[in-house]
Amino acid sequence: MATELKLKELSKKPDIFCHGHRMCSGCGAPTVVKMVLLATEYPVVISNATGCLEVSSCIQDLTAWKTPWIHSAFENAAATIAGVETMYKSLLKRGKMPENVKFIAFGGDGGTYDIGFQSLSGAMERWHDMLYICYDNGAYMNTGIQRSSATPLGADTTTSPAGSAIPGKLQPRKDLTKIMAAHGIPYAAQASPSHWMDLMKKVRKAHEIKGPKFMNIIAPCNRGWRSQTDDSILLSRLAVETCYWPLYEVEDGKLKITSKPKEKKPVAEFMKPQGRFKHLFAPGNEALLERVQQEIDKNWERLLKEDAAE
Amino acid sequence: MGKIAAVTGNEAVANALRQANPDVCSLYPITPQTDIVQRFASYVSNGQVDTELINAESEHSSMSAAIGASAAGGRVVTATSSQGLALMWEMLHIASATNLPIIMPLVNRALSAPLNIHGDHSDGMGARDTGWIQLWSENAQEAYDNTVQAFRIGEHKDLRLPVMVCMDGFIISHSIERIEYLEDKQVKDFIGEFVNVNPLLDLEHPKSYGPLILTDLYMEFKRLQHEIMGRVKKVVLDVAEDFYKLSGRRYGLFESYRLEDAEIGMVVMNSAAGTSKDVVDAFRDKGIKAGLLKPRLFRPFPYTEIADALKHLKAVCVMDRADSYGGYGPMFMEISSALYQVTGNGSGVAKPKLINKIYGLGGRDYMPEQAEQVFTELDAIAKGAPVKLVKDYIGVRE
Repeated sequence: MATELKLKELSKKPDIFCHGHRMCSGCGAPTVVKMVLLATEYPVVISNATGCLEVSSCIQDLTAWKTPWIHSAFENAAATIAGVETMYKSLLKRGKMPENVKFIAFGGDGGTYDIGFQSLSGAMERWHDMLYICYDNGAYMNTGIQRSSATPLGADTTTSPAGSAIPGKLQPRKDLTKIMAAHGIPYAAQASPSHWMDLMKKVRKAHEIKGPKFMNIIAPCNRGWRSQTDDSILLSRLAVETCYWPLYEVEDGKLKITSKPKEKKPVAEFMKPQGRFKHLFAPGNEALLERVQQEIDKNWERLLKEDAAE
Repeated sequence: MGKIAAVTGNEAVANALRQANPDVCSLYPITPQTDIVQRFASYVSNGQVDTELINAESEHSSMSAAIGASAAGGRVVTATSSQGLALMWEMLHIASATNLPIIMPLVNRALSAPLNIHGDHSDGMGARDTGWIQLWSENAQEAYDNTVQAFRIGEHKDLRLPVMVCMDGFIISHSIERIEYLEDKQVKDFIGEFVNVNPLLDLEHPKSYGPLILTDLYMEFKRLQHEIMGRVKKVVLDVAEDFYKLSGRRYGLFESYRLEDAEIGMVVMNSAAGTSKDVVDAFRDKGIKAGLLKPRLFRPFPYTEIADALKHLKAVCVMDRADSYGGYGPMFMEISSALYQVTGNGSGVAKPKLINKIYGLGGRDYMPEQAEQVFTELDAIAKGAPVKLVKDYIGVRE
């Protein structure tokens, strides 16, 4: 019997990802991990790409993971868990393992959109029974806020610095959730910790589907976003309400928006509390700010059409 | 006695993998290794093994998946060559430092650039410092025998280390030779059931694999890897003894050929050793005391044993089928280090004169004439001629 998705019930569940990890205060990633694992009602084996979550959660003989966990390198969380899942399959068919063990890979956006993209794509195509979760904070935060292909248009990072000649990152972000859905996998979704019920339902749904699943979850980083340490949930909510980070799922090729904002807010409301966009509000950068809004609008319109088409 | 067959090196090795019946095989095609994994895939498709296959999208993922599978708990194999091994390089270190006994035939091939698919040892030598055990094989029989023994060595409780079994691309991998197989049951009994140590899939006792370890313990961890490597020689010899009882074929850390009373000697590995032994015989017939040493275990390197076998010689040529541009060949560096320790301590003991020949790069044929040229030069050096050039190239167009 699955635990009801009620805070009171969920609060009684023992933590699989426990206290003592060394993530920064206010980081969105551990919240995301906790929600994913709270929603998981099966024995679970986890792989982790090198990154903030990994370096902060298993140090020397201390670990925050109360379930089997493996880290091997940066670009291969998907291939590594694929290996684990394949060994499980091999042992399962000889009766050496119980049924219904779940396999989850966690990677940041650098380890997922960029360096781990091939490994992820390969694992999805091979149809491993696994759930890949990208916690997307929009840059290489572990190495100190370098631009990734998930970094939003106009953001100031240490390798796309907003300077007097170039106003931050000049390219829009890669739409990874769509790319993963285009693999033809049975389930791909986008979620936000601000909408925890939506996030946990998606995790539950993913676990009930055999085969490869992908979830992209926004995870604010106050160090990189230059925001307040208590703004993580506020900013992830604004990301949804401005349609910067729409909540949707693609199940068997059918796209469904799972939560439409009652009123679509201007993206500036999401950007303004973040120091990484500060320069866009200075005189002279109006055009770039306008382009950011246009990109958001264009993507949202397209998503609405795809949603309506079903 | 097992079946006698005429097969390629690749087929022989593929059969050793089949007989080991691994739980998981990860693979990615690359010449000249491809033949091994495609044969293995057919064993899987035809139900001849219980193995689950992972058709990875790169060698990096192939090794990553092998690491995941091995940590999960079970017997894991893969195979590669050249660029594939180079792409795996990062993961090779992780496999060994995580104590994962993955078995990997390496069909030796040159590294780019220029692109070249033929046999030399650049790939394996480049993986010298990755913490893997390396066994090198002269011919298809040795490649088969080494692969069978590799499971016992790598999975040994005192080691738990990955093993690379090397053979020359095309020269051995694609040439048909006579080979004596062991029976399937003999191999099964010899290798035994895979014994897990701290498997990730032990759900009752969750483990974390792959921690961050910084300045406070990293060095102790690394020294431990060296200490574990120190146990390999004994295991290799013990396994070789058991293998001899089973097959009648003897293996050691290296092979000595007419070396005991020799005055000049050649150190040469893999297929070129066969060619060179014929030339040793020819020189013996002429009354010249030539001999040969063929390393088998290159990592860990048996320094003292090899030095003992070479120290009485007057002149030695170390043959390298790989190069270190601006340095000596990798085998030469090992042999020099080994000999320095026993004779270079100011005790007045005469050292063998050492020369280094780079040969056979990118599959360039190694002919008996080249070996004759080397032994002729060694004979002259032994009789007092000066060493003109320590490192030189043979079989190269000027």
